[in-house]
Amino acid sequence: MNYDVIVIGGGPAGMAAALKAQENGAARVLILERDTFLGGILMQCIHTGFGLHYFKEELSGPEFAHRFIEQVEANPAIEVKLDTMVLDVQPGEPNQVVAVNKTDGLMQLSAKAIVLAMGCRERPRGALNIAGARPAGVLSAGTAQKYVNMDGYLPGREVVILGSGDIGLIMARRMTFEGAKVKMVCELMPYSGGLTRNIVQCLNDFDIPLKLSTTVIDIHGGDRVTGVTIAQVDDNRRPIPGTEEHVPCDLLLLSVGLIPENELSRAAGVAIDPITGGAQVNEACETEIPGVFACGNVLHVHDLVDYVALEAEVAGANAARFAMRNSQCAMGDYVTTRGENGVRYVVPQRVNQHAGKPVTLYFRVGQVYADATVQVRNGDTVLAKERRARITPGEMEHLVVKPEQLAGCSELIVEVA
Amino acid sequence: MNELNIVCTACPMGCSITATVDEHETLVSVAGHRCRRGEAYARAEIANPARSFHSTLRVAGGDLPMVSVKTAAPVPKSTLMACAEATRDITANAPIAVGDVLLRDIAGTGVDLVATTRVLPCSFS
Repeated sequence: MNYDVIVIGGGPAGMAAALKAQENGAARVLILERDTFLGGILMQCIHTGFGLHYFKEELSGPEFAHRFIEQVEANPAIEVKLDTMVLDVQPGEPNQVVAVNKTDGLMQLSAKAIVLAMGCRERPRGALNIAGARPAGVLSAGTAQKYVNMDGYLPGREVVILGSGDIGLIMARRMTFEGAKVKMVCELMPYSGGLTRNIVQCLNDFDIPLKLSTTVIDIHGGDRVTGVTIAQVDDNRRPIPGTEEHVPCDLLLLSVGLIPENELSRAAGVAIDPITGGAQVNEACETEIPGVFACGNVLHVHDLVDYVALEAEVAGANAARFAMRNSQCAMGDYVTTRGENGVRYVVPQRVNQHAGKPVTLYFRVGQVYADATVQVRNGDTVLAKERRARITPGEMEHLVVKPEQLAGCSELIVEVA
Repeated sequence: MNELNIVCTACPMGCSITATVDEHETLVSVAGHRCRRGEAYARAEIANPARSFHSTLRVAGGDLPMVSVKTAAPVPKSTLMACAEATRDITANAPIAVGDVLLRDIAGTGVDLVATTRVLPCSFS
């Protein structure tokens, strides 16, 4: 079966990319989705706060997804295969995608362009090296979110949450609504990785303590968690002897970071940025393999779905242009981007000097800054510069470079000045 | 005179605002905000702190076991746990469309609870 554009993943990134691909001339678009419904992780994010930038109103996750689902379902050029696992992506002319599901069996699909939109997954306990027993009742916050919101099952009644990422904060409130007692949220770092809004509305509103510079050093229990030992940490994030405290609980939730899910991309030979964990792309969201695009949380972890959708639209539009062979991507005129002085990473990693339109550079900082200036410079020439009252690692920043500024640049450096 | 600490959520800044109220809980002064939105936020937080409430209800006869819901408008912060109690034992019948009212006047707030997920009739059972 031949398609113009195959999109892997039917979450917000995949749907936004597919719609934009069709709008830009792709006549046959296919979305391959692993789950039995479209919408991805948004479907379990039942809280509101989505869509403020994209739709200019406050929606819940399922509502945000629904607006895209309705458009996808109404679009005859977009085919959707649910409950379908993609096994392999083989770049070439044309690109091949191997997928399997119960009705079609094993499928060999070909596409002029591919959009990778597989999202991300949570960092598991195994990545943390927490000592102690291996009882039931240690879950990632997103797993608990699925149990509570999708399956209607409460996985514990006395809860300790490690990590103050947004999912952990959201689950603190959610478990409280469902009758559980959330004892505390522990955060290794001296600041929270979550949005301010979530700290206020998920913790402060319910008097749930946020313990900064604190971590879990031991997990107790046989078949089931009976408690954890927490301890304060020093500047080097090492536990401080004498600060240990035993906290009884029957559930430990981990909200300790997200990792782009790039197994397919790696196997396909897509170059991965070691810091973002996602593909290295240009301003068109095209990876280093021509015709293979990436967007959303599989490219780099976003904190707002609004920016996922906007980025995916760039990927979808460019995938369609590539598929229709009117791609203007000129080879060899790329300028690389780099973060310096506090900026951990920049996406895209390279920018076409002849992009012809404003280029948005997304980046994250490594620590909290107050009253700072963020800027893009080429050598000593500042191309874009903005004041920020506050910058935190938890909130993605962006700066826009005008097209006429790109010509002749050797390197775009994004930094906190 | 009583001082209250409010973290502003109007933007990512998260200004730490100190609001002073008199013995009648009336706002006397606001300090620590860096813009007019911060002052407005503090005034609203003192006068009538409101929050969106969201939860899930069990579904009978649907393609999904649960349906997500939210209040059609923010409700007083003090009623959040009462709202949570009110949704505990309710079962909604499929089919359900996004925006369907599943519970009127939740916990006496005058605000309706509406569905935020589409649930289709179950094809089996």
